[in-house]
Amino acid sequence: MANVVEMKGITKVFPGTVANDNVDFTLEKGEIHVLLGENGAGKTTLMNVLYGLYQPEAGEIYINDKKVEIKSPKDAISLGIGMVHQHFMLIHNFTIAENMVLGQEPKKGALSIDMEKAKKDTKELADKYGFNIDPDSVIDDITVGQQQKVEILKALYRGAEILILDEPTAVLTPQEIQDFGIILKNLVKEGKSIILITHKLKEVMSMSDRVTIIRRGKYIDTVKTKDTDIDGLAEMMVGRKVNLIVEKNKPKIGDVILKVENLKALDHRGLPALRGINFELKAGEILGIAGVDGNGQTELIETIVGLRKATEGKVYLKGEDITGKTTREITDAGVGHIPEDRQKRGLVLKYSLLENSILGIHHRAPYSKGIMMNYGKIREHVNNLIKNFDIRTPNEDVNASALSGGNQQKLIVAREIEKDPDMIIAAQPTRGLDVGAIEYIHKRLVAERDNGRAVLLVSLELDEVMALSDRIAVIYDGEIVDILDVKDATEQKLGILMAGGTLHKGEKGGKNNE
Amino acid sequence: MNKESGNYIKKLALFRSFFISLLAIILALFISIFFVMWAKDFGFTASAKLLFTSIWKGSFGTKVNFIETLVFSTPLIFTGLAHSVAFKTGLFNIGVEGQFIMGSTVATLIGLIPGIPAPIHIPLTLGGGILAGMVWAGIPGYLKARVGTNEVVNTIMMNFIAMHLTNYLVMGPFHKPSSASTPLIQQSARLYRFLGSNNRLNVSLFIGLALAIVVYILLWKTTIGYEIRAVGLSPSSAEYGGINIKKNIILAMVISGAIAGMGGATHTMGVQLQSIQLFGFTNFGFDGIAVALVAKSNPIGVIFSAILFGALNYSSGTLMLYGIPKTIVYLIQGIIILFIAGEYMFRKIADRRKKGALVNE
Repeated sequence: MANVVEMKGITKVFPGTVANDNVDFTLEKGEIHVLLGENGAGKTTLMNVLYGLYQPEAGEIYINDKKVEIKSPKDAISLGIGMVHQHFMLIHNFTIAENMVLGQEPKKGALSIDMEKAKKDTKELADKYGFNIDPDSVIDDITVGQQQKVEILKALYRGAEILILDEPTAVLTPQEIQDFGIILKNLVKEGKSIILITHKLKEVMSMSDRVTIIRRGKYIDTVKTKDTDIDGLAEMMVGRKVNLIVEKNKPKIGDVILKVENLKALDHRGLPALRGINFELKAGEILGIAGVDGNGQTELIETIVGLRKATEGKVYLKGEDITGKTTREITDAGVGHIPEDRQKRGLVLKYSLLENSILGIHHRAPYSKGIMMNYGKIREHVNNLIKNFDIRTPNEDVNASALSGGNQQKLIVAREIEKDPDMIIAAQPTRGLDVGAIEYIHKRLVAERDNGRAVLLVSLELDEVMALSDRIAVIYDGEIVDILDVKDATEQKLGILMAGGTLHKGEKGGKNNE
Repeated sequence: MNKESGNYIKKLALFRSFFISLLAIILALFISIFFVMWAKDFGFTASAKLLFTSIWKGSFGTKVNFIETLVFSTPLIFTGLAHSVAFKTGLFNIGVEGQFIMGSTVATLIGLIPGIPAPIHIPLTLGGGILAGMVWAGIPGYLKARVGTNEVVNTIMMNFIAMHLTNYLVMGPFHKPSSASTPLIQQSARLYRFLGSNNRLNVSLFIGLALAIVVYILLWKTTIGYEIRAVGLSPSSAEYGGINIKKNIILAMVISGAIAGMGGATHTMGVQLQSIQLFGFTNFGFDGIAVALVAKSNPIGVIFSAILFGALNYSSGTLMLYGIPKTIVYLIQGIIILFIAGEYMFRKIADRRKKGALVNE
């Protein structure tokens, strides 16, 4: 088959790091080619080079066997390359059709836009690829899955023959991911070639024809998907054998630690984000909260730990009402919190590890007495954390910003566990980390559960929730729609719940289909 | 862990930040030579020689000038420290000027009360000045924390209120006939002039030096400093760590105001001995901004940059003697600030470029 894209020896250097080091990449016509690598491996950088967002220091790019120089996304688009970014670039109060034609509006006369033609074009294009969308819907009103379709259509409307999709499944429910697979097949049938950037191995296996693996900016290999398996891919991605399965024993369930009753709260815009949440969390278990991003997970955690005010309802910790208490009071009552945004919340980046190691407990003995801090004790404490949690750092005096994401996260996990809390809230504890760090943090959370702590795990990665949890609560639109035992939870069931369906109906529907 | 290398890195960073301040000062002096050349029509070396000798003579060269330089530097130590505390919390307390004025005015009022023995009168007067500064900074601090109003706007308004209130008191109820000032404060409220009563240098210099150390300890060795700096560097992380942002904003403003008020009070008690009608601002508060900037908000650095600015300010008189316009001094100060602000900008842009490189990874 003919190569539509050929990138040879691409090198891209950023101050302090070589993001791409002599990387080769070829895309054949009509294939789905996955670019696989861990976070920070340089996948997105390579594709940003292809899309003209970055200029490489060295290397050549051939499109349809012709050498080209891509200086800007405009060049890329004119060469038939379209890119759908991880974060969508849509105007939220415009309709689908308006977003579609933005920048290339069909004109009626000199000044006015021919909206009828825009709508017609959108409809035609959508029908051609089997997208079920209404050109008149406003972006704000449609689901994230549909927004993604609009993004793909936008690229096609601009004449894309080569589509780059950056982490396209990150925001989708399992069912939407299945639909997405079908969309990809349709696109290929129409002769498009697709590059998929991802670090999710299951999707690689189910969706792609070939895989190119990049590790730490270096090209590792290109393999046919059918000649490999998940373990093999993981090994190539990480560079060593990895254990993808979290081992854990039967839980030893204790008393109720956290009880949330009819909890309601508003989001930062003042709109209801929690609409009456109810659940219980017991000592010695991990309760996973599954859900698509933006269904109230952030607000739920913030309300529990006192960073957000509840408008209604109660939160009890060990039977004691902690609703409306300050974050410090709640922390002191026995809550450890691994926040979802480690850089914005979990660490003061310009503080040293020494200072960060006591954030939230700096007012407690032995770290301070009265208003005087005891840096001797703090230094002992941080060195213990560094040793016991294997935090890789030159010393404890460097700023937290100097550590890698994985080590920053380890520092937070270490600090929160060492607080000796009754309950640990872990929000997205492994987001953006490499496989090694993920393994470690998973093990550690399970160990804390076995130590009799209650663990509330909130994650957007369904695999993570299913691997770690003893019970899984599904959150949708500010409500817990159902709580399943992990034995009964399947990806399909959770997917239905995450999309706002009920399991009852879902099962009926399932039978009908059979 | 490798402790030596950590300390080394820290020292290097500290050295680097002071090095940049030093570089800014040297560059500013260098550039100002050209303005002297322009003003005097001299050659480069002649202008350089004239400028530097007159600055030197006017500030450190003679005993009297050296003493007066320190007199001018002392209030700048206080206002520089006041700004440093606010900067560390991410606040811009431009109202240090007003807090300084209120401190000195209230000190005058208390200092005028007759019949109090010195051991009581001095702390009382000083305490009154501190309290006045605290109130003057606490009001905008409270408004910022509770209602979210911008502290810059509010403190500027408080500056004008302070100035006009002082003028009302000086020219009204406490007016000394046929003058533009109040009577002198009681002997019992005055700070000791250790070089004799004709030299205005007094113990407030030592109070300022001690305060710099206290502020250093406050910022780096206490939980208050830990919280204040955390709020300044990352409010959302501070909030997560159970640190009350609103409380710390008010606290930082009040501490800043207390220091400024103390500066005003000691200036009255040791140097002016009365309040004088103000036709404009004293500028001690505003110069404190530059002092803190040059010192990179480091309390110990504030001592040195206060002396630098005190020297420049005081030598302006001598400059005129040699026929150099005294505005050259303000020019030098302005260029120093420009360079230091430029470095902040440069670093911001560099940071953003670094971040941009990591986006989407």
